[in-house]
Amino acid sequence: MDQPTRDTRSEVEHIKEASNYLRGTLVEGLADPITGAISEKDAQLIKFHGSYLQDDRDLRIERQKQKLEPAYQFMVRVRFPGGVCTPQQWLALNDIAQRHAGNTIRLTTRQSVQLHGILKRELRETIAGINRALLTTIAACGDVNRNVMCSPNPLQSRVHQQIYDYCLRAAAHLTPHTRAYHEIWLGDELVAGGAPKEEDREPIYGKTYLPRKFKIAIAVPPVNDVDVFGNDLGFIAIVDGEQVVGFNVAIGGGMGMIHGDPGSYPRLADVIGYCAAERMVEVSEAVAKVQRDYGNRSNRKHARLKYTIDDHGLDWFKGEIERYLGWKLDAARPYQFDTNGDRYGWGESADGNWHLTLFIQNGRIADRPDSSLISGLREIAGVHQGEFRFTPNQNLIISGITPEQKPAIETLVQKHGLDGGDRRSALRLHSMACVALPTCGLALAESERYLPNLLVKLERLIEDAGLTDVPITIRMTGCPNGCARPYIAEIGLVGKSLGKYNLYLGAGFAGERMNKLYRESLDEAEILSELEPIIRRYASERDSGEHFGDFVVRKGYVKPAAQGRDFHA
Amino acid sequence: MMREQMVPLTEQQTELLLQLVDGISAEQLTWVKGYLAGVSAAVRRAETTPALPATAAAEPSRITILYGSQTGHAAAVAEAAKSKAVAAGFKVDLYAMGDYKPARLKNEKLLLIAVSTQGEGEPPDEALELHEFIHGGSAPRLEDTRYAVLALGDSSYAQFCKCGRDFDEKLAALGAQPLRPRVDCDVDFETDAEAWVADVVRLATETQAPATATEVRLAPAATTLQKAATWSRSKPFAATLIENIKLSGRGSAKEVRHIELSLEGSGIHYEPGDSLGVVPQNDPELVAELVAALDLDPDETVALKDGMATLEQALTREYEITTLSRPFLTKYAALADAGELDKLLLPENESALRSFMDGREVIDVIIRFPASGISGAEFVQTLRRLQPRLYSIASSGKVNPGMAHLTVAAVRYATHGRNRKGVASMQFSERITAGDQVPVYVEHNRNFKLPADTAAPVIMIGPGTGVAPFRAFIEEREAVGATGDNWLFFGDQHFRTDFLYQREWQRYLKNSVLNRIDVAFSRDGRSKTYVQHRMLERSRDLYAWLQDGAHLYVCGDADHMARDVHATLTGIVQSEAGCSAEAATEYVRNLQREKRYQRDVY
Repeated sequence: MDQPTRDTRSEVEHIKEASNYLRGTLVEGLADPITGAISEKDAQLIKFHGSYLQDDRDLRIERQKQKLEPAYQFMVRVRFPGGVCTPQQWLALNDIAQRHAGNTIRLTTRQSVQLHGILKRELRETIAGINRALLTTIAACGDVNRNVMCSPNPLQSRVHQQIYDYCLRAAAHLTPHTRAYHEIWLGDELVAGGAPKEEDREPIYGKTYLPRKFKIAIAVPPVNDVDVFGNDLGFIAIVDGEQVVGFNVAIGGGMGMIHGDPGSYPRLADVIGYCAAERMVEVSEAVAKVQRDYGNRSNRKHARLKYTIDDHGLDWFKGEIERYLGWKLDAARPYQFDTNGDRYGWGESADGNWHLTLFIQNGRIADRPDSSLISGLREIAGVHQGEFRFTPNQNLIISGITPEQKPAIETLVQKHGLDGGDRRSALRLHSMACVALPTCGLALAESERYLPNLLVKLERLIEDAGLTDVPITIRMTGCPNGCARPYIAEIGLVGKSLGKYNLYLGAGFAGERMNKLYRESLDEAEILSELEPIIRRYASERDSGEHFGDFVVRKGYVKPAAQGRDFHA
Repeated sequence: MMREQMVPLTEQQTELLLQLVDGISAEQLTWVKGYLAGVSAAVRRAETTPALPATAAAEPSRITILYGSQTGHAAAVAEAAKSKAVAAGFKVDLYAMGDYKPARLKNEKLLLIAVSTQGEGEPPDEALELHEFIHGGSAPRLEDTRYAVLALGDSSYAQFCKCGRDFDEKLAALGAQPLRPRVDCDVDFETDAEAWVADVVRLATETQAPATATEVRLAPAATTLQKAATWSRSKPFAATLIENIKLSGRGSAKEVRHIELSLEGSGIHYEPGDSLGVVPQNDPELVAELVAALDLDPDETVALKDGMATLEQALTREYEITTLSRPFLTKYAALADAGELDKLLLPENESALRSFMDGREVIDVIIRFPASGISGAEFVQTLRRLQPRLYSIASSGKVNPGMAHLTVAAVRYATHGRNRKGVASMQFSERITAGDQVPVYVEHNRNFKLPADTAAPVIMIGPGTGVAPFRAFIEEREAVGATGDNWLFFGDQHFRTDFLYQREWQRYLKNSVLNRIDVAFSRDGRSKTYVQHRMLERSRDLYAWLQDGAHLYVCGDADHMARDVHATLTGIVQSEAGCSAEAATEYVRNLQREKRYQRDVY
């Protein structure tokens, strides 16, 4: 008799498998009028459709007392490969945000857009509206390839066009094939209860998709704005003149970890070789498939590609990729990064067009007393003939402005106070924060709502030290999962509990080295008092051109962070 | 040693017993004593109450396992404890704390708790209510409860396992006996948790008293020991307010409150469907305004039916000072010498009088038709006695002994350029807080009662605060183990803010106490949808339920809702039965005659 083997796969794996290609009972759940939520299982599946079930955490306790369920609402993430968005698409999004999402839009740290606070009964209308604007939310979340990033640098317009093209091809190639998305959200060929007319197929993913999320980014040296090493799969463009000839391939980056669990850690990707440019999509598929077949499916906390590599060895993983490809990668080519930040203000590209990079604090686009960002961008989208580009640092580029249009755009920028003048420190311009409270279910502490206030206090220290114009990257997240890539910031602040943060120091300015834990569970006063002497000393003792992250390592505040596993060492 | 002639055992039984006790340990002996006590109780019960099913004696002991979980760890431990306990022969009730009725706590004999701690010592969300309950004033004594707590936490936080500690300490303070000391687990909790599970199930097995010996029934009889209810509208009982919670969520256009009143010591007994009379007091600001408008002295002494009071006291507690009536206007007109008012009061001007009275109150009349030189004593002679306000009781006395819950909508509106306030409802909204006393009595309502046959299905139509008695109905139906199905129609303005008692309905649905619920939120969609629209959509099923003997109840607004619901009901019967309008009307009338269609509308 056969011994039954014990199925150790995690709950989510079973949910995926039983979901009939991501359908689950989403249609029934959306129609249930008794709750603003959906079932726990469907809440897992809806991620693949680009949405998260959330609730307004500010109201949680109050509503519990009121015998009301939590104020359930949905987040919808719109995919923008490479962060490119037409003015028409922006106007459509703006309209949807106005009607269903509290008239605010968030630019993410992966060149996507998030709408929050959408009620269940308006979710279908929201997603259908997004699709009508020729955009999609499919695979914006979930255990699949997520939004593919590429450097938005508009000044290299010819190079950008090429890598953007690769970015689109990889994104399209790795998009799930299931028709569930169209059935549920767009009302196409609705299947009432029965089996679909023809069986769905997922030629790359299979029924259970990937073990965990999978992220791809393309960088063009010397700018590492996409934080290429923070991705499961990174491509570093090798450019000859204005021609992208190939890519260095880097694998195994990922930010997430868990407080108190040394088996979990952020990790930077390792460069394992080089491929010709036209093989980039092929390589993407192979890496995804190796992870599909060997990634850990029993423990979701150990399922990212970085752990698959560390469990099996980098050489083994590279060997598998080459086996799946049927050919070998070449040796990596030399490259050099010098920043992972954005360049602000106006710039002119070789084709004679103009580009304006606006600093968007934490990616939050809303109307505020001092600047009417959302109204301003709506007005600009009404006249702009180029594109919008979302940067991986949550900023926005109005790109492809003709010299004739430039004055008109400039006037609107002034009218709505979009450029913030010269009031902002270089520290603030190199800051990022995740969304966190009140919408994110994972948040342990504030982030987006809090970092601007903390920066005001830090700016006083910076100003006193005469460092107002010295760029230092600072990133905050409300939990250790790392959405704002806090472990590759020179100053990283990671939420531990309400009002308390772990302080990490010493990452490389170009995103080439992680930081290390410096102090644990600090409140605001402690954050300031810990940083003040270091900032003062940096002001007086730094070498010429030395970045803050390098300085704190040199002075021994932290040890240089070694790779992944040694992050906690 | 045993003397044979005194032992009522056979020789063989004696032999076995002696064998058993020979060399027995103290621990074993304790267990045997408990075992025999249980057997003895079961035998006694079987002999004296033969009506009870014999199987009751063999019913396994129950364990209740509660978990408060944020990440699912505590839930997993609770599940593991359940499997182990079931394997050991226990009957296990497993609940997320959020799904557990705190009122059940006092009946628990064996209680296992697995609970985590959030951030700087907070309970997980689903544990908040129970955590608050045991720390609150209405937490029961738990002398009969044996319990064990597994605390989950992260020792990198200052308040490590605080929530588990809270539960442990508070349960002990309430008199519960620990089965074993609490275990605090760190992030890597699995090993400690497994050991805890094994240990507590073993201890529970060792200490379990046979189920039948300690069975306690919810006993309304207990209240009959107290003096019979003699409270009335003229002699109300001073109930203490325990809870006053705003049910309407942020952004609601309404303010609906959940009120819990203690009837402890009153001997008051009520049934679902009964109302609670609340004897209110008038708004002191309005009293002051009246006194000022009349240019009177608030401290003037006026005579009451039984004794004396100041004018201010009298206007606050004894007289109706808002609602207009013809007798008031007639008496007041005589004092005020106002020709226009006299004219309005002429019999032929009835409709003009009505339209004048619409939206106006006593204060409007006094300002518009001043009466100079009258005394306080004269003025109060014009007024009606202050009337109690009746609220459908929103609780079952079986589930909430010594308590009554109310669902009160704060009445506030503006007419004729003036803000108006409902007398009693605004008292709850603005002036009465926990610990204050409210004079109350029960108004029994024989015409709004659950079917005596607990197998009969029940349909309840209660939009807005009309849902109050149905909360009592459902509590009662669950408590008595009614087998008939339950169907609720509820409606209000907005799903997000006005779904009164939403979490409770969800829990009843999950536990199949409530079998169906249909909701209508009038301001959420493009067109206004009300409960009668939902009834119409469910015509076939609704008629089928009636044909199956369902009892149908309507509570709430009399003017519009109840009338529309009635017409819809008749229409449904007509179309589903395929009969004439007359026959349908007769069918509905017959339901009323059979008391299968009852209404409590206002």
